[in-house]
Amino acid sequence: MEDCLAKKMEITVSEAEKRTGRNAMNIQETYTAYLIETRAVESQSEGQCAPVDSLWRRYSEFELLRNYLSVTYPHIVVPPLPEKRADFVWHKLSADNMDPDFVERRRIGLENFLLRVASHPVLCQDKIFYAFLTQEAGWKEMVNETGFQLKADSRLKALNATFRVKNPDKRFTELKHYSDELQSVISHLLRVRARVADRLYGVYKVHGNYGRVFSEWSAIEKEMGDGLQSAGHHMDVYAASIDDILEEEEHYADQLKEYLFYAEALRAVCRKHELMQYDLEMAAQDLTSKKQQCEELATGTVRTFSLKGMTSKLFGQETPEQREAKIKVLEEQIQEGEEQLKSKNLEGRDFVKSAWADIERFKEQKNHDLKEALISYAVMQISMCKKGIQVWTNAKECFSKM
Amino acid sequence: LFPPTSPIQDLSLPNGTPVDTSSPASSSSLLNRLQLDDDLDVETRDLFVTVDDPKKHVCTMETYITYRVTTKTTRAEFDLPEYSVRRRYQDFDWLRNKLEESQPTHLIPPLPEKFVVKGVVDRFSEEFVETRRKALDKFLKRITDHPVLSFNEHFNVFLTAKDLNAYKKQGMALLSKMGESVKYVTGGYKLRSRPLEFAAIGDYLDTFSLKLGTIDRIAQRIIKEQLEYLVELREYGPVYSTWGGLEVELSEPLEGVSACIGNCCTALEELSEDMTEDFLPVLREYILYAESMKNVLKKRDQVQAEYEAKLEAVALKREDRPKVPTDVEKCQDRVECFNADLKADMERWQNNKRQDFRQLLMGMADKNIQYYEKVCIT
Repeated sequence: MEDCLAKKMEITVSEAEKRTGRNAMNIQETYTAYLIETRAVESQSEGQCAPVDSLWRRYSEFELLRNYLSVTYPHIVVPPLPEKRADFVWHKLSADNMDPDFVERRRIGLENFLLRVASHPVLCQDKIFYAFLTQEAGWKEMVNETGFQLKADSRLKALNATFRVKNPDKRFTELKHYSDELQSVISHLLRVRARVADRLYGVYKVHGNYGRVFSEWSAIEKEMGDGLQSAGHHMDVYAASIDDILEEEEHYADQLKEYLFYAEALRAVCRKHELMQYDLEMAAQDLTSKKQQCEELATGTVRTFSLKGMTSKLFGQETPEQREAKIKVLEEQIQEGEEQLKSKNLEGRDFVKSAWADIERFKEQKNHDLKEALISYAVMQISMCKKGIQVWTNAKECFSKM
Repeated sequence: LFPPTSPIQDLSLPNGTPVDTSSPASSSSLLNRLQLDDDLDVETRDLFVTVDDPKKHVCTMETYITYRVTTKTTRAEFDLPEYSVRRRYQDFDWLRNKLEESQPTHLIPPLPEKFVVKGVVDRFSEEFVETRRKALDKFLKRITDHPVLSFNEHFNVFLTAKDLNAYKKQGMALLSKMGESVKYVTGGYKLRSRPLEFAAIGDYLDTFSLKLGTIDRIAQRIIKEQLEYLVELREYGPVYSTWGGLEVELSEPLEGVSACIGNCCTALEELSEDMTEDFLPVLREYILYAESMKNVLKKRDQVQAEYEAKLEAVALKREDRPKVPTDVEKCQDRVECFNADLKADMERWQNNKRQDFRQLLMGMADKNIQYYEKVCIT
């Protein structure tokens, strides 16, 4: 197991700051910058505190980094970024990107992203990634110089474009299907969870009204007054407790969201494979047709209908020299094509091998993470219930003293 | 255990209304006896009444429900030690009216609401009948516990007569006479000054009803919110199940969460039901109680007003008519005594009742919560 960057270096996204500046189109805008702090781990174990390096990055730079990684390592399930815009909000949460709670959760998400990349056996070794963490100036230029944008296949951007692959790899087809289903079920879950949170909030808050009316009522009572008043206080506590509870739940929602986006990354790998397979099949098809053409020209038989054939029939046969020339060209092309096909096949096999290795790694990570997330969610619920029991038991005591 | 407080002197107000009175001297001794009453153990009680076994009767003219009223007693006023009769809501209503007429200075416990809006509530649904049965049972038990009301003649007949309707008809003749006298009592006397004590009670009752009304609304709102929460929860659970179907390793924990949420739904449903069936009716009952208390206060005011007017008349006529004012004063005394005591009673009852149904509410919250704990995966 290679030593990941995460083990050698402490990485945190410690702060977020509002900035104004001019963007690429020279328009004034407000954005948030995040402070990335890094510190080498080794020197710490020697009893010395290593110096902290830091630099500021904004969200768009993170996006650039991720795009670069996706293109450069198409067979890797690249960790996702936290959402660009607040989604799956319930009524109290703000959908505003500048909202401090949103910024805070994004900060955590970005840190998580960096840690994921740094713990990945392949990705952590990338030079551009390292520079992202350590070199503030000139990083963008460095990335662009890699020319990754040229490698990026624009066809992949058309998410719904289908490539008719004749011999699809069953495993990849199943995986793509799985990632689609996963995306669908998690987004459904997040939507309903938001509604559940909304309703639960309502239930708790109405109990606060009890607090008020008990207080008013206690004013006219003699023996019952104290009991009512203190019970009312507990109702207020109950009503207020929901804020913390739901904030904690947001963390759980964020964990689910990460895997919602991970599902997309998984799907992307499948798509790249699909595209690769498609290109391979196209190349093979092209080669076959060229070979056929060659054969036809050589033997003079026309097996397939072609416009050329027709035109030559109409306008007269070619000269033997012309035919020779054509055959020569075709033979060259066939040679090239065969080499290309060979390398494409090799590429394909390599891709499948390394992709599948990473997919296995991802599966394990996913199962582990989600299990933990579910467990902590259950723990959260139990704690919420315990708090509820506490409050009502207190209220009960107050009532018994009435 | 102690001699029953049967009417010692059958004094009547000038208007002819028979009033259950006794001399002021015995009022205080009565008060003492009332105190004793409060500490009464079950063993020293000599009258037990239960309402149960609702049955539906379908006739050509109408459909209605009757309840079985069972009485067990060692009191001399009753011929037999045990009785079992069937009564319908109408009969309870009749009893209450009779009690109000014959014991105008006493606080008669409230009945559950008479009229139910058809179409909104199903009068024959199990929940409604059960809620009503409980309220009727409570009504009779309160009368049973009352040192004066429990010895009322009409109450006795209600508990024992095979054919209540025959007795009712008998009473009709008297009713017309009484109707006039009731009007007489409540006719046009203006009150000079209400004693602070009663003004305070009046104010208290007003605020009290108001607050209870607010609590009723809050409780209803909570139930509504809980039901809406329940709707969402019902959709939430199955999604985990669907996800579980997709996964291999994670399917068990996911199914676990789904089942968990399902149990929460059930527990929440029970909570809402219990609140609706046990908590809300008691609130409403106390609001009705407050209403009838206010009426008693009004009557008291009237009696006092009458007394004052008579006093004035006496002063003007220079006649010495001590008897009438004395009667009225006695009446007022009685009202004061009983009002105060009943109020204290009510407080204590409120206390206990509140404890009871708060405990119920909390017990339910507990149940809810325990479900969560029991079923959550760890």
